Amino acid sequence: MKADPVGVLTGMHYLDGDKACAEGGIAAGCRFFAGYPITPSTEVAERVAERFPLVGGMFIQMEDELASITAVLGAAWAGVKSMTVTSGPGFSLMMENIGLGAMLETPCVVVNVQRGGPSTGLPTLPGQADMMQAKWGSHGDYEIIALSPNSPQECFDLTITAFNFSEKYRVPVLFMMDECVGHMTEKVIIPEADKIEITPRRFTSKKPGQYLPYEPNKDLVPDMVEAGNGYFFHITGLTHDERGYPDMSWQTQEKCVHRLVDKIRKNSDDIYLYEEENFEKAEIVVISYGITSRVALRGIQLAQADGIKNIGHLRLITVWPFPEKVIRKLASKIKVFVVPEMNYGQMVLEVERCAGGQCKTLLVPHGGGTVHKPECIYEAIKEAIK
Amino acid sequence: MKYWRKPLDIDRVKIPKGELHILWERCKGCGYCVEFCPKDVLELSLEFNSKGYHPPIVKNGTTCVHCQLCEVLCPEFAIYCVLKNEKEQAHES
Amino acid sequence: MKAEPSEKIQTKAKAQVVLENNQLHPLSEWLRMERIPHIWCSTCGIGTAVTCFIEAIKKSQIPREDIVVVSGIGCSGRIAGYIKLDSFHTTHGRAVPFAVGLKLAKPKLKVVVFSGDGDLISIGGNHFIHTARRNLDITVLCINNFIYAMTGGQLAPTTPLTAVATTAPYGSYENPFNLPLLAASCGANYVARWTVLHVRQLTNAINEALNKKGFSFIEIICPCTTHYARKNKLGTGLDLMKFYHDNSEIAHGADVRDVDIQFQSKIKVGKFIDIEKPSYLDQYNQYLQQKLGKNFKPYGVTNEKEH
Repeated sequence: MKADPVGVLTGMHYLDGDKACAEGGIAAGCRFFAGYPITPSTEVAERVAERFPLVGGMFIQMEDELASITAVLGAAWAGVKSMTVTSGPGFSLMMENIGLGAMLETPCVVVNVQRGGPSTGLPTLPGQADMMQAKWGSHGDYEIIALSPNSPQECFDLTITAFNFSEKYRVPVLFMMDECVGHMTEKVIIPEADKIEITPRRFTSKKPGQYLPYEPNKDLVPDMVEAGNGYFFHITGLTHDERGYPDMSWQTQEKCVHRLVDKIRKNSDDIYLYEEENFEKAEIVVISYGITSRVALRGIQLAQADGIKNIGHLRLITVWPFPEKVIRKLASKIKVFVVPEMNYGQMVLEVERCAGGQCKTLLVPHGGGTVHKPECIYEAIKEAIK
Repeated sequence: MKYWRKPLDIDRVKIPKGELHILWERCKGCGYCVEFCPKDVLELSLEFNSKGYHPPIVKNGTTCVHCQLCEVLCPEFAIYCVLKNEKEQAHES
Repeated sequence: MKAEPSEKIQTKAKAQVVLENNQLHPLSEWLRMERIPHIWCSTCGIGTAVTCFIEAIKKSQIPREDIVVVSGIGCSGRIAGYIKLDSFHTTHGRAVPFAVGLKLAKPKLKVVVFSGDGDLISIGGNHFIHTARRNLDITVLCINNFIYAMTGGQLAPTTPLTAVATTAPYGSYENPFNLPLLAASCGANYVARWTVLHVRQLTNAINEALNKKGFSFIEIICPCTTHYARKNKLGTGLDLMKFYHDNSEIAHGADVRDVDIQFQSKIKVGKFIDIEKPSYLDQYNQYLQQKLGKNFKPYGVTNEKEH
């Protein structure tokens, strides 16, 4: 279905990533936002606070991040698309209830505008060190979807994609921005409402009494329901059966949790989004995401100017589930993966795992605080061809 | 009931009578109903249910006035009172 | 107790006991009967609180599909699982913000948070005070059994001084919360306390709270046999109920600063606060309407009225 024109600010704008993300959420139909201010994500909340009263949304600044994520889950169960926004320290606080969102299979979007860490770290400077936490942050086995934009335009477009994925797979989607993309101001083109595709929430067509909150369809995703419509359903964070009632046995654990994990793993082909360049002849492939991808492009240019040929570039847009198939296929053909990231080695571990020893992997780490120098990546590529 | 003078509406007001239903297997023998019944209708039986608890039994059914205190007080949803209709009440007395 | 020969029980006319295991209890349609019998101990008062709640819902005449129950974790947290309404069993301490999300996203819902003292006031304390401050239109029913029962009887923020718990084996030396004072000082519109023995008054109080706009809070004093009573040598839950019978004083309108509970002291019960202040959504709509005029799209106050 198409976006509601009420929320879409069609036109050409000059926005920073944070504001573009807020606009993307509003265009996608988000009408509930609960957040807590944390640098560098506060601008998203501020933009939403300004815009929501004009488009019929509800904004509330909660008392902390734990309340924010929980209120977002509550609003989702009342039938409204909801999102929250935070950064590293708040992301850690939200982890328990992101796990609750995954267990209850609640569609919602959590935006993490990553900053330098760990702990209080560098509040006003970029980092990309929460990538593994996005996947493994909460306890237990679960799968979420995580996307990584690299420009304000992508912040707008991919927020809509994030909402669409969350509705399609009934899962929390983590939107992993970084402070650089969040605070960078660029041209953002917001199209007309009828050019924006929105995935509506898949409400059940069954009647009360027949509907089961966790009865999966063929794609392993159950239909959704809304409180207050007479379905009298019960859901719980405890391991539950298809009725939503707690059933604490190993058989139910196998049934319930295995499906939660398969829901994403088996549908991952649909969820992989990435940009590839020059794969056919590549001997070296640079894998990057977020703001680092823009620096990587410059690094590749420098290397090509120096006469190094056959450099490919894989930009990850979907970071989780990790695009294993692409990496495995490439690993059998090429010599080295070069992985620049603004951390001391997180996504590179996945690359190494998927490469399976078929080719080498070279990490270009950076602690955060600023982006890589393109020269570093160029040096790494030179190192790689030796 | 003893009155110091006869109430003027004694012919019109009927004291309701209740019939108790005890869900024997659901009871966990807490004793709330026995302890707090204002008409002393119940007592704990010496019989066990299959869980090993002593459910209540009615020791004096004629005094139950359908106040439903036991019904609301029971934590197990194991006792409820049904209002006896007039024919049954007449049969009683 | 006199000895009763078993034949007497079988005679319907004389003993008037109907031995049945079917679902004819009048509350059957309000409970998830496939999960009864519930997990609470013998002589636990939570079941009674649930009965009072259901009776209050029936009395309040709020449409059944509009009522939503949210619980946290703990013995009281299991309440949501037994009531046949839209119910949510959330994480420890986060029942209140979940309820906030539900209420703000769909204001026509009547949201009830039904949880325990540890869940609501300890880990959930922050959320409790802020939601009371905002005067959000939800009803919070706090089952106070003075202990963390589900996990084995640890100290709770409401455990009275000198009472014994597993994490205070020599007795508590921490001052407990006075819950009505806490709720009132944060700005709740309705604050009351009843024990589970006061079934009629509790039912009426819940009914009042459900129909009250703004944040309403009822503290429900409840016996815990297996942990609080046993560890403090107070007998069983029945003995605690007898204690409530002999030691609770109805004190409507009492000053909330004077209603604290000491170990085995008198318990003041009643309705302490009943004021009218505009709720969060009222203020939100009023204020923004004033500021933004016709650009403002009021939230949730279209054709669906807030309860």
